[in-house]
Amino acid sequence: MSGAHRHEGPDRLYVITSGRSGGADESLDAVTLVVAESEAVPGMQSEHAEILRLCRNPTAVVEVSAHLRLPVAVVRILLTDLLDTGRITARHPRPAPSPAQPLASPDVLEKVLVALHNL
Amino acid sequence: MHSTTSEPPAPGPRTAEAPLPGTTEQALKITVLGGFGVGKTTLVRSVSEIRPLDTEETMTRAGAAVDDLEGVEGKRATTVAFDFGRITLDATAVLYVFGAPGQERFWFLWDRLFAGSLGAVVLVDTRRLEESWYAIDRLEAQGTPFVVAHNDFGETSHGLDEVRAALDLDPAVPLVRCDARERDSAKQVLISLVRHVRSLVAARSAR
Repeated sequence: MSGAHRHEGPDRLYVITSGRSGGADESLDAVTLVVAESEAVPGMQSEHAEILRLCRNPTAVVEVSAHLRLPVAVVRILLTDLLDTGRITARHPRPAPSPAQPLASPDVLEKVLVALHNL
Repeated sequence: MHSTTSEPPAPGPRTAEAPLPGTTEQALKITVLGGFGVGKTTLVRSVSEIRPLDTEETMTRAGAAVDDLEGVEGKRATTVAFDFGRITLDATAVLYVFGAPGQERFWFLWDRLFAGSLGAVVLVDTRRLEESWYAIDRLEAQGTPFVVAHNDFGETSHGLDEVRAALDLDPAVPLVRCDARERDSAKQVLISLVRHVRSLVAARSAR
């Protein structure tokens, strides 16, 4: 595996989140799509600026994590900063399958089947 | 990565060269679970429209999920790597396919990352069938629809009946053979999963 951050100590991750150890928006799913609503500005934390550049088109949380080479938990904290200041918006997965309703809808399944057949 | 097969050259553009349409609203997940070297990464690569990406999640040494970074800050934290690819479904929807280790010590990833998957593929090879027992038990317990795919790398030395018996697999769970290196074969695995989910939906609504 190639993650550059794997050579960095926990201290580095802690600095990136400005010492915060929690407070990430719980609604941020692994595949929540993030969309930048503003451009990066000078003086902004470099990770925040990088997220805004990356998310000009909708980009899933895990993709942001892969590009920044930061664990998903750290990225969720950074994204929450940007959500709180209105610099990004989030498109969450539709009501995910749950214990009460564990299966996807027929419409969604047909859409997936068609796309897979065309692959 | 962990695959023991020789990997073909990574196909597909990097994700930055293939951004999702601005109209994309909905993302779906399918999770491919299996032991090391069974071909999860290969399968993801075979179906993905982008060069697969890898990243990681943090966990404490105790194995607890870290929703805060206390573990990162003070106690020793460790990380688990996983990879993923994607398939654009249409102008509004995209499917992410995750490859992740299925053994018990990695299962915390499920709740953090893969909950809400429309289904799962348990990828097995006959050398390490036991590595998939835990994943199968867990998927059954949580009611996540799944299929089992036997990655035989194009060789057919074992019958599927033997594999089914060795896994003690519920007769209702589809078991298919695949060569994860081949796009068509890998694609058929995902199709068999989605058809299985569709039949479960139909059975449920008929009740």
